[in-house]
Amino acid sequence: MGEAIVITSGKGGVGKTTSSANIGTALALQGKKVCLVDTDIGLRNLDVIMGLENRIIYDLVDVALGKCKLHQALVKDKRFEDKLFLLPAAQTSDKNSVNPEQMKTIIEELKKDFDYIIIDCPAGIEQGFQNAIAGADQAIVITTPEVSAVRDADRIIGLLEKAPIDAPRLVINRIRSNLVKDGDMLDVDEITNILAIELIGIVADDDEVIKASNHGEPIVMNPNNKASIAYRNIARRILGDSIPLQHLDEESEGIFSKIKRFFSIRS
Amino acid sequence: MGNSQNVTIKGTKDGLLLRLDDTCSFSTLLKEIKETFTSHAHMYDAKHEVHIHVHSGNRFLTEEQIAQIQAVIDPNRNLIVDSVDSNVILKEEAERMIQENRMTLIHNVVRSGQLINISGDLLLIGDVNPGGMVMASGNVFILGKLKGIAHAGCLGDTSAVICASQMTPTQLRIGDLYRRSPDRDELPTEAECAYIDEKHDLIIDKLSVLKKIRPNLNRFAEGGILHG
Repeated sequence: MGEAIVITSGKGGVGKTTSSANIGTALALQGKKVCLVDTDIGLRNLDVIMGLENRIIYDLVDVALGKCKLHQALVKDKRFEDKLFLLPAAQTSDKNSVNPEQMKTIIEELKKDFDYIIIDCPAGIEQGFQNAIAGADQAIVITTPEVSAVRDADRIIGLLEKAPIDAPRLVINRIRSNLVKDGDMLDVDEITNILAIELIGIVADDDEVIKASNHGEPIVMNPNNKASIAYRNIARRILGDSIPLQHLDEESEGIFSKIKRFFSIRS
Repeated sequence: MGNSQNVTIKGTKDGLLLRLDDTCSFSTLLKEIKETFTSHAHMYDAKHEVHIHVHSGNRFLTEEQIAQIQAVIDPNRNLIVDSVDSNVILKEEAERMIQENRMTLIHNVVRSGQLINISGDLLLIGDVNPGGMVMASGNVFILGKLKGIAHAGCLGDTSAVICASQMTPTQLRIGDLYRRSPDRDELPTEAECAYIDEKHDLIIDKLSVLKKIRPNLNRFAEGGILHG
């Protein structure tokens, strides 16, 4: 039986879909059999970021309504042999066309065949959110270092704690070390202080991530990028490896500031 | 005096204490109260008022019975029944009292969008995050950071207090008084309390002032813990 992990955030635009694509791909690179599930019905994006849009025939709603078999709707990512699949969302329906019970059935069926099911959750706390968490065993909350995103993440964590899901874990996305250093951006400690859940990754803000997404190639496929390494580390932490969180800045500084940094900013 | 062993009168500095036997029938009791006051009538026709405290021992008196006793002690003779007391109360009243005096302990982070509303005092171990809210009909004690909203005495008790390890709320509410958080230049370094002072202003102050302004917060003083 596999594990279903829902990627959620509450607020829109913090990088749920990008993170889902990258965490899923990173797990596949580690040799796990992964299925990405896009639950953002009506506003699907995951297929675009994965570069699989032109191969979609059936979608999640078709499966829920019994118009096709589950395996017919799965889109195989040929770059990863038999490791990575996508269950796309429908673009023509809306979030009310699926209910949590149907989602649960679909996820349960996927868990028989896959090691990890990564569920990309829509923004908001309505039906789409309820659908996305219905079949999940674990949750990863994505936030950015902005007060509004942290506030929404806090709300989502409160809702997740009421659901029958393991304690949610946190990824801080798009952190910009220069802004944090100047005190113009929330730092990691401030965020973890408020949210008080386990932190499993910090992803630096990087233009390469956007470029890669636009080309339909998740950034983790580039082994040398900072953000890519961060996502790979998140995947390894999900697999249970213990990897220390790394420093944000890579430029070399004096020994004193290094020590100072060691106590303040981690990545 | 005759046969009035079911009713005893004792003089105190607050007036007369009327002790009623709790084993005889109520009608006997009423009769004897009447006799007691008739036989001593000459003592009570003075011009000044006499205050009477009735204690019924282990007998439960209904509202109606209390009214009957008051009617028997004739108010025309300047006799005023100040209080009717008893060792026993109704079960539902007792439960209500427990509810109101209970301290509820919650160990959790109150997150954005969450609301905790309890009757009695609240002891929260954990933070109240911005957007979260705690309400209690009694006092609110927070072992953690108060960054959201706290409402103490939410049923109107303006003597309720709010204490927090870090008092940086969005809003404070005590009774019917709502206040935006004070503008501070830096974070408070020690635990603080909030209360309503005699001018009906909401004040944030050091914890040590609580002992002076709300001495009744000590629950165990009479139980001996503080005496020991």
